Amino acid sequence: MEKTYPDAYMESLKPPVTSIGVIGWIRFNLFNGAFNSILTIITLLLLWKTVPPVFKWAFIDSVWFADSSACRGSDGACWSIISANFRFIIFGFFPYESQWRPLLAMTLLFGLLFYSKDRNHWKKSLGYAWIIGLIAMGMFMRGGIFGLAPVESAKWGGLPLTLLLSVFGLTAAYPLGVILALGRQSKLPALKLLCVLYIELIRGVPLISLLFMSSVIFPLLLPEGVTINNILRAQTAIILFTAAYIAEVVRGGLQGMSLGQYEAAESIGLNYYLTMRLIILPQALKIVIPPTVSILISAFKDTSLVVIISLWDLLKTSKSILSNPEWMGFSRELYIFIAILYFLGCFSMSNYSRKLEKELSTEN
Amino acid sequence: MKFSKVSIAMMAALVIFAGAAMAGETLDAVKARGHLIAGVNGEVFGFSMPNEKGVWNGLDVDTARAIAAALFGDADKVKYTALTGVQRLPALQSKEIDVLCRNTTQTLTRETINGLNFARVNFYDGQGFLVPKKLGVKSAKELGGATVCVLPGTTTEMNAADFFRSNGMEWKPVVIEQTSELNKAFFAGRCDCLTSDASQLAAHRTVAPNPDDYVLLPEIISKEPLAPVVRHGDDQWYDIVNFTVMALIEAEELDVTSKNVDEMLNSKDPKIMRLLGTTGGMGKALGLDDKWAYNIIKQVGNYGEIFERHVGKNTKLGLARGLNDLWTRGGLMYAAPFR
Repeated sequence: MEKTYPDAYMESLKPPVTSIGVIGWIRFNLFNGAFNSILTIITLLLLWKTVPPVFKWAFIDSVWFADSSACRGSDGACWSIISANFRFIIFGFFPYESQWRPLLAMTLLFGLLFYSKDRNHWKKSLGYAWIIGLIAMGMFMRGGIFGLAPVESAKWGGLPLTLLLSVFGLTAAYPLGVILALGRQSKLPALKLLCVLYIELIRGVPLISLLFMSSVIFPLLLPEGVTINNILRAQTAIILFTAAYIAEVVRGGLQGMSLGQYEAAESIGLNYYLTMRLIILPQALKIVIPPTVSILISAFKDTSLVVIISLWDLLKTSKSILSNPEWMGFSRELYIFIAILYFLGCFSMSNYSRKLEKELSTEN
Repeated sequence: MKFSKVSIAMMAALVIFAGAAMAGETLDAVKARGHLIAGVNGEVFGFSMPNEKGVWNGLDVDTARAIAAALFGDADKVKYTALTGVQRLPALQSKEIDVLCRNTTQTLTRETINGLNFARVNFYDGQGFLVPKKLGVKSAKELGGATVCVLPGTTTEMNAADFFRSNGMEWKPVVIEQTSELNKAFFAGRCDCLTSDASQLAAHRTVAPNPDDYVLLPEIISKEPLAPVVRHGDDQWYDIVNFTVMALIEAEELDVTSKNVDEMLNSKDPKIMRLLGTTGGMGKALGLDDKWAYNIIKQVGNYGEIFERHVGKNTKLGLARGLNDLWTRGGLMYAAPFR
């Protein structure tokens, strides 16, 4: 290209170096005034004081694969508490030689979840895939057929148990919650009263007390000799509890719908079931995606409360390791590890819900 | 709703079945099931805890294994149910478990109001104090005004309160829910002393940055006889559990170990012959095989072996026998005669 102006003139036309690029950004965002400048400096100082020591603790001085005595000699993090006990943290009491089975079951679950993320895959075949997948997972966990040694559910623990409680808890609680919400709006007084009673009673007690009741009081009420599996009891408590909360959120969505929608549905002759199925619920449930997801996320985290009724979920297997004198005192490392696992679960849920919201959005 | 005749009959049968609690019922149920269900703790090192492969270990676990060996001749026929402090008694009452081997202290109210029977004690524990040496305290009586790290709930907190009140001393409890966090607080200097069951204090001391800087005070301020527990109302089952613990003790007294038990079968000592079932009748009297005690000792060992394996000198706990030594050596372990 031919030059129209001399270089010196071009140079003088450019904005000063201090107001563009990185420096400019820093000036306009971090040092635009005395107050912000002070805040920036304080923050930088804090970061300087905290990040390098934490980094040094976690990565430089840390011990990754050694026994506990090596850990006690070092100033850094003792990640070997995780590497040395990894299989117990993740699989609990599942027989050591057969731990590939829960691993396979979990892989299958993750695979199905991942595949189901895409709404284009939501077809009948996916439903069948889930049914087959769940049966296969159950088979791997329980055993007893195809030459797999049977493993009773009392030995399920660790991550598979956490996933079992959350995945089944959430998928069963959601439809139950929707039904309860519809019941609460029903014109039949008995049905309405029943739903209101259920929702208010369950919401009126903490999950811990429900779990306690299911594990301590409930067995005393059963006829002698009849015992119901501990996991099943906890699972039921989680489902009942979460459903009550989802019901209220969904009710919010239903009340947010304009009356016109109901009238429009009636005017084209749709019955109650079709009105709900085709007109109301798709819109109402879409509105309440964000609060629903926060309930699901908190329910996912709440599954860790089963610790108090001695189900060996992820948290309980970790706690048990910490009471071994060999590893006592390295709780920080272990809890960080557990926190990362929970964070991954929660973050992917909220991430996915945002994606879903965007896809379902009808606004332009 | 309509009940069919069959379902009404079934419910009636259930009610009748539920009403019938008779001696021998537990033994029959366990035998029919093919394995023992034992309630354990799961978080107490040396007593009941899974190892990194998920295999249960400990003194309480071995007590349960001994019962299984007596019943089935196979110590592995036990399923463990980990229970919290709140769950343990209801679990036993509701027959979820057959026996509770979960470091449970024998008390009057548990025997009476809770309707439980405690078998022979398998570990005598007691509450003690751990202090830093630099505190210069020689006796728990000098702890007036101290801040004390203690676990909440259980009897530990109440025992400490009783101790300080009865000695007219002030104290400031620092209550922390979890053992490992409690330790951290203590070793970081948050409190002047740490109180817990003496058996556990030994383990806590080993994880100190420098164990030699800490010392156990001589006072034991509470009695904690820990024993396996069964329900009221099934005397035969109680006898089996009771004599299983005593067989462990008797075997140690007679120097019968898991290693020499086969040679001991040829022993001419009438006590050993009765214990091992070479001259018979003892097992039959309990409703078991005459080889019941032989199976226990062969597969699990005698009390001394169990003690040394899980809590003794060469373990992380490093406990001395103390009260848990045989009566012949100044301890409290004493078995009724096997005759």
